[in-house]
Amino acid sequence: MKTVRSAPQPGKSRLTTSAMIASIAAEGQKTKPAPFGHALVELARSRPDVVGMTADLGKYTDLHIFAKEFPDRYYQMGMAEQLLFGAASGLAAEGFMPFATTYAVFASRRAYDFIHQTIAEEDRNVKIVCALPGLTSGYGPSHQAAEDLALFRAMPNMTVIDPCDAHEIEQLVPAIAAHQGPVYTRLLRGQVPLVLDEYNYKFELGKAKLIRDGKDALVISSGIMTMRALEGAQALKGDSADVAVLHVPTIKPLDTKTILREAGKPGRLVVVAENHTTIGGLGEAIAALLMRSGVHPPFRQIALPDEFLDAGALPTLHDRYGISTAEVARQIKQWL
Amino acid sequence: MKTPTNTLTNAPKLADRAYNIRRNALRMGEVQGQGYIAQALDISDVLAVAYFHAMRYRPEDPTWEGRDRFLLSNGHYAIALYAALIEAGIVPEEELETYGSDESRLPMSGMASYTPGMEMSGGSLGLGLSIAVGMGLGLKRKKSEARVYTLFSDGELDEGSVWEAIQSAGHYKLDNLIGIVDVNNQQADGPSTQVMAFEPLVDKLQAFGWFVQRIDGNDLDAVVAAFDAAKSHSEPKPRMIIADTLMGKGVPFLEQREKNHFIRVEQHEWQLALAALEAGR
Repeated sequence: MKTVRSAPQPGKSRLTTSAMIASIAAEGQKTKPAPFGHALVELARSRPDVVGMTADLGKYTDLHIFAKEFPDRYYQMGMAEQLLFGAASGLAAEGFMPFATTYAVFASRRAYDFIHQTIAEEDRNVKIVCALPGLTSGYGPSHQAAEDLALFRAMPNMTVIDPCDAHEIEQLVPAIAAHQGPVYTRLLRGQVPLVLDEYNYKFELGKAKLIRDGKDALVISSGIMTMRALEGAQALKGDSADVAVLHVPTIKPLDTKTILREAGKPGRLVVVAENHTTIGGLGEAIAALLMRSGVHPPFRQIALPDEFLDAGALPTLHDRYGISTAEVARQIKQWL
Repeated sequence: MKTPTNTLTNAPKLADRAYNIRRNALRMGEVQGQGYIAQALDISDVLAVAYFHAMRYRPEDPTWEGRDRFLLSNGHYAIALYAALIEAGIVPEEELETYGSDESRLPMSGMASYTPGMEMSGGSLGLGLSIAVGMGLGLKRKKSEARVYTLFSDGELDEGSVWEAIQSAGHYKLDNLIGIVDVNNQQADGPSTQVMAFEPLVDKLQAFGWFVQRIDGNDLDAVVAAFDAAKSHSEPKPRMIIADTLMGKGVPFLEQREKNHFIRVEQHEWQLALAALEAGR
């Protein structure tokens, strides 16, 4: 049962939710504006079958960039996620490639049956693009999509992607368009951090990429947790801990070959880090893969707890739930 | 069934089609010993008019680009649509005997990936009109003359998604969308009007911006006139045909069953049902 929260202490200075909701970028971090919106415009110039659809969240999923450029290829479906995905299925049935956007919570929780029956079961070519993945909102559980990867992993025919930064989002847009079939991708919107460009990284659908090598621990991560892992590995260098980072943006299908190759190298702690509940996401997917394949390294998970998360400012919450850079570094050091 | 009294030259032929659809449905029901027979019998007149008067399609090419799309939102009416698809020559008649069996292309609940001529996977209710909105928008994008027909049930009016779709079709003025709601006032837990009040349906749909007709869905002439009016209506609005129907229509002892949402019929009764249907021609 829920306990009643006690009143905050007066006089203490606090971060506010509103200051943190618009972007997950840290102060001073290199960013790019609306990478999805601009990449979709670029794609649509050569793909007349691309249409954009949203459920009253065009401005909040960066789809407004596309809407401005291609107003006659943009469908506003109103605050109606079931309709959004049913209609996306209908447009796909007529040969178009809808990019349908909303928040991850609404696609995964509210419209699951519609995506299951009208899109996945019929293998329709709809790209589902969803903002506010995992813990990237301070609004509390209504906006925190901690279970979306578990739900969409479980859906047959669905490709599931959790990108890290602006560089990756730009690249995944043409990549998922080239893939025939339904795709669920998480989205970072607004001023999106730019990280992977400095690692000579290239997104390939279904491929995991070793971003950084190291002999003491291997962090296998997706989404913003790859950014945290890279920062955490850098921080641990001072402690003489040598940490490798394997980025796995495609959650389904998993790049089992690369994951088994890296996790199978002897003498390393394996840590899976994800911006998702410990249940049913990348961590459990990899744990099952390793067990099935007879690869048994020491294994730890960095993930959100199986509970309804607090409302508040994101830096505070990321610390509280162990997914900030400092917490990632602290946990790995403790386990080594 | 009474012979239609009006002067439409094709009416007698449509009556034969409706009879054949009912007979096909009963024969499939006999294969399984049970099914949504009462619904199949009530909607056969509408299906006869849709497939043999209103719609454009090519039986030998069920995915012909120029075809009118027919979405079966209420997937449990699959037995009725199979009966029509067999009559239309889209599904071979010999497959009738496989209905609901292993390896059959005719599963108990309608799915697009199984059956030629089936445009969507229903079963989970309230999906069809949403898909129809997308198809309607897509056909307009392609400047296609094809229409999207969508059959759904009065019980589906309980689903919020149906009203999302109704609202958006009005918003987008989808004049290529023709909805048909089968009002037989029967859903799983009892009479639809008691499970969840949905009247006044005409007023509600008109308020949402639709061109609405309400007809006796078992009067072939009325059904023909409604489909004609829905196609030729000049206002830029989506069109709805509210078809009041009688569960079990054409087989009197089934019409009188109190619990007829999902009918179990004793072995000997199937022949009685076919005989009753024949007697009422």
